[in-house]
Amino acid sequence: MAEEQKQEFWRWPESSWKNPEIDWNVARYITVGIDVGSVSSQAVIMADGKILAYSNMRTGSDSPSSARNAFKLTLAATDMPEDRMDYCVGTGYGRINVPFADRTFTEIACHARGANFIYGNGVRTVLDVGGQDIKAIKCDEKGKVSNFLMNDKCAAGTGRGMEVFSELLRVPISDVGDRSFEFEGEEPAAVSNTCVVYAKSEATGLLRKGWSIEEVLAAYCKAMAERIYELIERLGVKAEFAVTGGMAKNRGVMDRLMPLVGLARMQTKWDTQIAGAIGAALFGLKLCQKGKGRKK
Amino acid sequence: MITAGIDCGAKNTKTIILQDGEIIGKGMVLTGFEQEKAVEESLEQAAKDAGISKDDVQKIYATGSGSKTVKMADDTLNDIQAMAKGAHFFFPNARTVADVGAEEARAAKIDEKGNPVDFAINEKCAAGAGVFIEGMARALDVTIEEMGALCLQSDKEIPMNAQCVIFAESEVVGLIHSNTDKPEISKAIHDAMASRIASIIRRIGVNEDIVMVGGVGSNPGFISAMKRELKVDSIYIPDEPQFGAAVGAAVVAAEG
Repeated sequence: MAEEQKQEFWRWPESSWKNPEIDWNVARYITVGIDVGSVSSQAVIMADGKILAYSNMRTGSDSPSSARNAFKLTLAATDMPEDRMDYCVGTGYGRINVPFADRTFTEIACHARGANFIYGNGVRTVLDVGGQDIKAIKCDEKGKVSNFLMNDKCAAGTGRGMEVFSELLRVPISDVGDRSFEFEGEEPAAVSNTCVVYAKSEATGLLRKGWSIEEVLAAYCKAMAERIYELIERLGVKAEFAVTGGMAKNRGVMDRLMPLVGLARMQTKWDTQIAGAIGAALFGLKLCQKGKGRKK
Repeated sequence: MITAGIDCGAKNTKTIILQDGEIIGKGMVLTGFEQEKAVEESLEQAAKDAGISKDDVQKIYATGSGSKTVKMADDTLNDIQAMAKGAHFFFPNARTVADVGAEEARAAKIDEKGNPVDFAINEKCAAGAGVFIEGMARALDVTIEEMGALCLQSDKEIPMNAQCVIFAESEVVGLIHSNTDKPEISKAIHDAMASRIASIIRRIGVNEDIVMVGGVGSNPGFISAMKRELKVDSIYIPDEPQFGAAVGAAVVAAEG
């Protein structure tokens, strides 16, 4: 008899990618950025400031191992030996747990730098919505931070909040965005409770009243968008506007947020979750260029 | 005179039947999603407990977040009044009352007649209410009763960084993985909760006697943490603190 697997709706797909166009053998500086978040971890390997390979995986409950695991996964996508690395920068909530990092940089600095890379030097306002925090960052054309605001106390508007809801409604988290638009008639009002815990009870009540899953998703995404916008509004928005972090992939929230912001958001072909690790790897490159690299 | 107080809480609907100043019946059912049904069942239970028919009840007052839907109530009163009168019923010397329920926490300064003089509420954040302890018990894989007992086994202080229930659940899982003992974790959880409730109480001033009602009051770990946090030797709790507001409603029904 086939084993029945309990589906975990909140589990988003982990990924790994190697750039077929880059050969590490001819690179001058190989720098690594590791972003250990409370929910997800990413490792990016760059060759002279170009992305060689990256991985994006769940952090799990063991922070120190996740840095190593993310790095090993990325390395495995290449045929490069580990000690070829010239510099490693750790960032994120768990950055003190990257034992093989040469130094750390804050995730604010790294996300701004990473956004500048993946979106181009026109970006001036970066919104990062991660697993357990929301950051609004203002930066210049070099990706240098000039101001920021952060919420890391409350799950409302964060990835964890979305995971909780996707599990409650039994909708795979990557489907939430599209499903939240699959209903007839007027867009429902946002759920009235900011707190995710209370919003859960409210959502269950709505389902009992006959609301469809899609309508409840719409109401919740709207509430999340409003919550995120509160933070952005306090910082102020300057064009161009770009979004990093996992929530950028959720059009259920993004398409309801952007009308509030009043701008279009910049587009990228890169995975928005790796922005922090990219920024970290780029800081590493800068340091190598200043002669601070590991050997030689 | 026979009166009933029905407290329509987020989690449980509680009923108290009072006759000539004495509690003669109690009923408690899960509120679920049909408040009206829960109210009927709760009242039935209390009437059965009192050995009377629910038609013998002369006046019914309702309180709690779901009170407006109680059609059979003669009147409603707000949570603050209900909790204040309930605390006063059990402890006439009560001057500070806190009511920590499943989803909300309230505190009031009350006078010698049990009337609220000032109050403070937390209704925005689940971290200062019973659902916090529930969520943490789940993360620790213990019952709520075990949570309280575990906490008393530890005297080490470990800090909890997360305020939010949802983040705290991940933090607890992390602590378990780093082999922190459950009693220590339980104590950290109760300390965090007590610190939040204490800050609500401090908004209205800490004046003895201090009384705690609401379901979370049955948790000895929480009470112990509250005494430490408020720096007092005594906090008074009725035997079944979850009935505090229902008692208050029944008392006011009898007065009015």
